[in-house]
Amino acid sequence: MTDATLVMSLRPSRFWLAMRYIRRNKSLAIGLAVMLFLIAFTVIGFLTINPRHAYPLSAATRQAPSWKYPLGTDFFGRDLLAAMVVGMWQTAAIGLIAGGIGTMIGVFLGFVSAYFGGLIDAIIKTICQILTPIPVLLIQVVVAGSLDKRDVTIMVMALIIVMLGWMGTTLVVRSQVLTMKERQFVAVAKLSGVGSMGIIFKEIMPNLLPFIAAAFVVQVFQAVFASFYLAVLGLGPLREPLLGNIIWSAQGQGAFFNGWWWWPIEPAIAMVLILGSLALINMGLDELANPRVRKSE
Amino acid sequence: MILRLIFRRVLFLFVVIWCASSIVFIIPRLSKTNAIRERFAELSRTGGFSPDDLEKIIASYSKQFGLDAPLWQQYQDYLGNILHMDFGYSLNRYPMTVTQVIVTAIPSTLGLLLVTTVLSFLIGNFLGALSAWPKAPNWVRAMATPFVLLTGVPPIIMGVLLLFFIGFRLQLLPLGGAHTIGIVPDGSLSSYLDLLLHLILPSLALILGSVGGWVLSMRGMGITIQGEDYVNFAEHKGLTGKVIFRDYYLRNTLLPQATALALALGTVVTSAIVIEGLFGLPGIGQALNSAIRSNDFPVIYGIVLFITAAVATLMVAMEFVYPLLDPRIRNQ
Amino acid sequence: MADALHKSPILTVSNLEVTYYTDAGRAKALDDVSFTLNAGEKLGMVGESGSGKSTLALAMMRMIKPPGRIEAGHVFVGGTDLMALSDEDMRQARLSKIAYIPQGAMNSLNPVIRIGAQLVDALRSHGIRDSRAQIEERCINALKSVDLDPAVFRMYPHELSGGMKQRVCIAIGILLQPQVIIADEPTSALDVVTQRQVMETIDRVKNQINAAVILIGHDMGLMAQFVDRVAVMYSGRLVEVSTVREMFTNPLHPYTAALISSLPNLQNKGVFQGIPGLAPSLLRLPSGCAFHPRCTKMMEVCQSTRPLTRTLESNRLVTCHLYDAVV
Repeated sequence: MTDATLVMSLRPSRFWLAMRYIRRNKSLAIGLAVMLFLIAFTVIGFLTINPRHAYPLSAATRQAPSWKYPLGTDFFGRDLLAAMVVGMWQTAAIGLIAGGIGTMIGVFLGFVSAYFGGLIDAIIKTICQILTPIPVLLIQVVVAGSLDKRDVTIMVMALIIVMLGWMGTTLVVRSQVLTMKERQFVAVAKLSGVGSMGIIFKEIMPNLLPFIAAAFVVQVFQAVFASFYLAVLGLGPLREPLLGNIIWSAQGQGAFFNGWWWWPIEPAIAMVLILGSLALINMGLDELANPRVRKSE
Repeated sequence: MILRLIFRRVLFLFVVIWCASSIVFIIPRLSKTNAIRERFAELSRTGGFSPDDLEKIIASYSKQFGLDAPLWQQYQDYLGNILHMDFGYSLNRYPMTVTQVIVTAIPSTLGLLLVTTVLSFLIGNFLGALSAWPKAPNWVRAMATPFVLLTGVPPIIMGVLLLFFIGFRLQLLPLGGAHTIGIVPDGSLSSYLDLLLHLILPSLALILGSVGGWVLSMRGMGITIQGEDYVNFAEHKGLTGKVIFRDYYLRNTLLPQATALALALGTVVTSAIVIEGLFGLPGIGQALNSAIRSNDFPVIYGIVLFITAAVATLMVAMEFVYPLLDPRIRNQ
Repeated sequence: MADALHKSPILTVSNLEVTYYTDAGRAKALDDVSFTLNAGEKLGMVGESGSGKSTLALAMMRMIKPPGRIEAGHVFVGGTDLMALSDEDMRQARLSKIAYIPQGAMNSLNPVIRIGAQLVDALRSHGIRDSRAQIEERCINALKSVDLDPAVFRMYPHELSGGMKQRVCIAIGILLQPQVIIADEPTSALDVVTQRQVMETIDRVKNQINAAVILIGHDMGLMAQFVDRVAVMYSGRLVEVSTVREMFTNPLHPYTAALISSLPNLQNKGVFQGIPGLAPSLLRLPSGCAFHPRCTKMMEVCQSTRPLTRTLESNRLVTCHLYDAVV
């Protein structure tokens, strides 16, 4: 008894508990730190630069990094610092829009599939199984390629990506809900007459949150990845300074052959930071959501 | 029994290909602008074809896309053509058919894919297995860490970084293409060596970009398997570390890793295609790249369908390898 | 058995000590454990879970893994001190001098290679360079000696029943005719009929190779039917070693007495009598005798001083202050 009260009074605040956890969970900590840096870069960037310089013919062409142009300029006369800031923001927008919609679709379908079972489950599962072997990027190539280039905007791009990017989340949520359905607390709730909506939102949802969070990060990662690949193939909104677009146009103009090394390397490094931080956050959340991984470390 | 299983998997394969074909059929027709017509308009403006050729193409397209026929008829013809591997004519390289474009491009892509996938799978799994193995020498475990850190870097970015550091800064290897200007691919030894030099960076980009994933997944698998009773008992039996590692530990990770390889095929293939585009290597990737740049829609659709079919076929084929790896599946 | 007493023991465990270094502190899983065993003798090792039975088995095989460590002690098998061997010599000693038959044989066989290969690799790893045919014959003989069909040699583990898998483990255990066999709850996952068959198999093969057998388990009833002597463990300490008959008619340690009276029998049919209190955590052992908080005969000295292990008449060992005056 006395021991227990002593432990209670010594219990650190939630904040410190969280900090202590983050210190142990290194991948989450580093991932969040990099993400914070990128957000700060974009926010401060928008406050200091003129976004219009991110578009062609707004600066001197082919300038190496200097005091005037810290990140240099490209063949078309964009200030690459401005292009990085705007491109980062656009990449984030695509990631968040596509990731958010994809997660919502996935969570909804996964829930419906697992909770109601039967024919609905069979249909959703079969669709997921059939779509899995199809290389999604190539279908996205067809979609993006069939559109009039002038119609491709950031929003359209996000929608193209999300069209075939919800199967992973659906399957994860489905399997989690299936295992949770079997657990005791759900059975108890059912026996005590809680309706299915009540069970979903009061009993299952809270336990599912870590998985949904992890699935969201994966969705964002995949969306950023897909948009980048499409843009590198020249299927992005060509006018926008999307990171993939910059690499595509740099490669198209033979940047390395001509010695304009800063042009393709900057978006590449930015992309490494974005994808790297997302991957680290994902690994950290995995550890948080899946105690088995936590134990084995 | 087995025949029924094969039949079911082949049926599944056909459904997958049918779905992919239908998507490729429907999407261009949903677009409010007719891309093909626009392409023709553009072509006739720039005058790339003789009027005769143009008529031939348009005739071929009215036939294949059956622009005047009812949609259902168009769909049937389209599926029939796909069954015959007939994807129509390339707009840009007429009179080449799309199938011819693919057939010319496929060998080099296949070579690149095979070499890089096998290497990264072997290196990644071996390092991952060793890094989870408590008796492994420390330097092996130290080696695995940098690869894991590369997990988040997709091959295309790896390609750009390699181009910068090794191709541009150190000037050790060529910056792109398949041949140095002036060297003719005449089948002589020096021309092959030149080709090899040009293949190092793209291969390296593909390997480094994917090896970390194998290291990570194999490490996780290894940690799980070490807790298994049979690995413990193997040690109680006084087996040598080598035998335990090979027969009790690696052998049991093979099946899950082979499954993971099958699932990763789609990503592996798309990575190779994008890398080919980046490095300007002749192959499917470059064919797709130039088709996209020049609005050569039949080639885009043909390549997409071809690769989808190939990946799906490989995935189903892999399933028949599993029973060789795990006797427990053989009985089911 | 009377003859066996006059022979020099084939197994001598002395002052064995194992500590686990956990985040929550140090846990002494084995504390000063000593006993001897003669060839052909069967010793039953009983105690609640966490009392150190399995740790003892692992320590004797030198298979304690970090965060655990063997701190002190010797294990002599036929004159060799296992604790003094090099890692490579210890690997050779496993199975050839001292064999371990695992708990939970359900998962103890590698699912992806044939049973035969799992016997052959054990022989090959111990430097046996016979021809393939000779080795196969030897393995098939081992399978036959545990009542298994030679066809099992070509089968996979998933094709066998639980009892058959357990027999395969026993066959592996006797392949190299070890002097000591440790069977760690070999019957815990099996049904009653199979349990009996497996125990009889162990008995028979033990007689064939005249090995000393340590049987670990918590089923006192099953144990009583198959072993010569019983050792009782509590919180990492050996509290009593007696013959089966002596232990059931005249238990020395209060804990042993409590264990025996908790067994169901015809007199107290339907009345289940447990031992009051819980086994202590190894991280926070009570001072003095670890059993004193639950002991019905607790004295003042029990709370402060650890009792020593004493050898009483007819070679019985007991660790209890009740017998301080007897010696």
